[in-house]
Amino acid sequence: MDKILVTNEVTKQFGKYTALNKVSLEIPKNSIYGLLGPNGAGKTTLIRIINQITYPDSGEVLFDGAPLKPHDITMIGYLPEERGLYKSMKVGEQALYLAQLKGLGKAEAKKRLKFWFDRFEIGDWWNKKILELSKGMAQKIQFIVTVLHEPKLLIFDEPFSGFDPINANIIKDEILKLKANGTSIIFSTHRMESVEELCEYIALLHRSEKILDGKLSDIKKAYKKNIFKVGVEVENGDMFLKELETKFEIKSSNYVAEDRQLDFTVQLPSDSSKSMLRFLSENGNVNHFVETIPSANEIFIRTVESKGAYE
Amino acid sequence: MNKLSLIIQREYLAKVRNKSFVIMTFLSPILMVGMIVLIAYLTKVNDDGTKVISILNESDYFSNDFNSTQHTAYVRFNDISLETAIDSTARAGYVGLLYIPHDEDLERVASNAFFYTGTTPNSSLIDGLENTFRARLREHRLQQLGVSAEEFARMDKSFEIKTSTFEGVQNLKGINEIKAAIGGGFGYLIMMFIIIYGGFVMRSVIEEKTSRIIEVIISSVKPFQLMLGKIIGTSLAGLTQFAIWILSAGLLLSIAFVIFDIDPAALKTGGDMANGMGMAAPLPSASQTMNLYAQEIFNIPWLMLICFFVVYFVLGYLIYSSIYAAIGAAVDNETDTQQFIFPIILPLILAIYVGFFSVFNNPHGPIAVGFSLFPLTSPIVMLMRLPGGIGEGGVPVWQLITSILLLIATFIGIVWLAAKIYRVGILMYGKKASYKELFKWLKY
Repeated sequence: MDKILVTNEVTKQFGKYTALNKVSLEIPKNSIYGLLGPNGAGKTTLIRIINQITYPDSGEVLFDGAPLKPHDITMIGYLPEERGLYKSMKVGEQALYLAQLKGLGKAEAKKRLKFWFDRFEIGDWWNKKILELSKGMAQKIQFIVTVLHEPKLLIFDEPFSGFDPINANIIKDEILKLKANGTSIIFSTHRMESVEELCEYIALLHRSEKILDGKLSDIKKAYKKNIFKVGVEVENGDMFLKELETKFEIKSSNYVAEDRQLDFTVQLPSDSSKSMLRFLSENGNVNHFVETIPSANEIFIRTVESKGAYE
Repeated sequence: MNKLSLIIQREYLAKVRNKSFVIMTFLSPILMVGMIVLIAYLTKVNDDGTKVISILNESDYFSNDFNSTQHTAYVRFNDISLETAIDSTARAGYVGLLYIPHDEDLERVASNAFFYTGTTPNSSLIDGLENTFRARLREHRLQQLGVSAEEFARMDKSFEIKTSTFEGVQNLKGINEIKAAIGGGFGYLIMMFIIIYGGFVMRSVIEEKTSRIIEVIISSVKPFQLMLGKIIGTSLAGLTQFAIWILSAGLLLSIAFVIFDIDPAALKTGGDMANGMGMAAPLPSASQTMNLYAQEIFNIPWLMLICFFVVYFVLGYLIYSSIYAAIGAAVDNETDTQQFIFPIILPLILAIYVGFFSVFNNPHGPIAVGFSLFPLTSPIVMLMRLPGGIGEGGVPVWQLITSILLLIATFIGIVWLAAKIYRVGILMYGKKASYKELFKWLKY
């Protein structure tokens, strides 16, 4: 698959501190790529390098197949985590200014702004000053400004912070629409629920290094441990459980006698789920038999902890 | 380049539309003119009133010495007691009573004379009286020595040494001071502009940092472009303000003078009031000398001066305002700026003081030369020296060239350093910047 952005052993040092250590990433086109990591892992530094705000000490960044050039910033939209607008400047003027800085012509910028303002039903904000708007309102303007020049690559750093659930949903839908229209998106966050929802690919940065990357579903497969959650209806739960324990490794169990309901978690050797299921259905009624797939959150915590705790 | 002009435009408009800026721009000339008109008006009112002093003279002297002038009138009492005289003076509302007691000896008469007033008398009034006594006493003492008034007049003639250059061009005393003052005016203008608008640049950087818009903007433009655009935009706003001030102040002032019927020349002569009462003895050649001064001032190479003013102004302003921008980037709020601002204001103040104390005395002495070469002070000090001309008798050409070259080199160096600090600083939140920290940033 084509890559919109490739980083090749990118290293960045601030004095003696290494912010990024030989980080190599491949971000596929037309996907949502989650850039994850605890605070101070180097996410912002990497994003700033992609935006050419800072430059790597070594390594290279390829944008759409060619080394990153100054002109490429017109193809990139960036919504930083630490974001704001000029407080005493009018909304419309400000949006127009920022759009023009991204290389849009004035007339074109005005046309597109009008489109977005109508879409978000905020047309009457044009002549208001930012300090008259609430934080969530200002965030909407920032979102518009980020996507206005129709970049090939969008970088969102914690895009949902500051939004109420309703507006967060609006923004999420907009992000999905942008993706459907062919935009590639880098999504930096440490809120894992949005990662599960949105990202197809992830990379995990920890202590300036990439410790994990790939397709989220592949990673999950790799991280699953053949653990199943099982619920069965049986006559004599305790007896049944004893019999099971001789054959399988039972992690935890719970039997409620009145309901004849036995719930247990079991780790199966690979390829033995069929025999387990057969055994269960011969001896009782199976309510559920589910493999537990680790959540992104579990993977995140497990990987980070295995590499050494926070400092 | 297109982005730079966008930034300049925004910075300019943001500054010019700012309410406090608008108020300052239009209120300042009105306040200034109001002040000048008030002073002029008060001086005029003050001038109009004639002070009346009553004299009770019991001696045989001083009968012809106290003559009424435009500002002071004398009323004489005769053959009444001191108490009655004081009483009548107070009742008549006169300023005071001069009592001259009876005695044979003039010296004793003078030393026993008394001036009674309702309140503490103003010093110019007393000076006038004292001058009259002094003149009379001197005449008396000279008579005792056997010197006639004519002889003394000849003896008392003031003396001034004539000065000339080696080429025989007549010099005027004090012309160096006048020239330096004109240059000093330019230098002072530069200093004020740097302090005011440098501060604006700094605050504007801090605003972008605290409102967190900075990261959005520098993902579109280079930090250096933003810094440069900010400096240029702010200074254009400053020049606009200056232009409005000069034009409107001039206009208002002339309107005000017409309305209030004030003669601007009166302002200059107002200070000489006290002399009017004393023994004003203008030198016969005064007007001639004045002409020479006027000619000399006219001969100052104004065009050259203005050209160099622009050069030094632009370079000096760019150097200092980029330092201001770097400071703004290094801190999170304005209160943290103090420790950094003092060291940059120091050379400016030093330049002004060195200029006034050293350049006035000796425009081409070692101190003056040194400070007019040192890049952080040269924009001010060199401008104080320049009205004396370039080349012979003025600033040597090599010094001028060295000074400008040093300034340009410093400009490049400082802007480079400031841009580095700026680039790192604008993205540092919540970090208390120290000099050590700034030094580290230079290596990022």
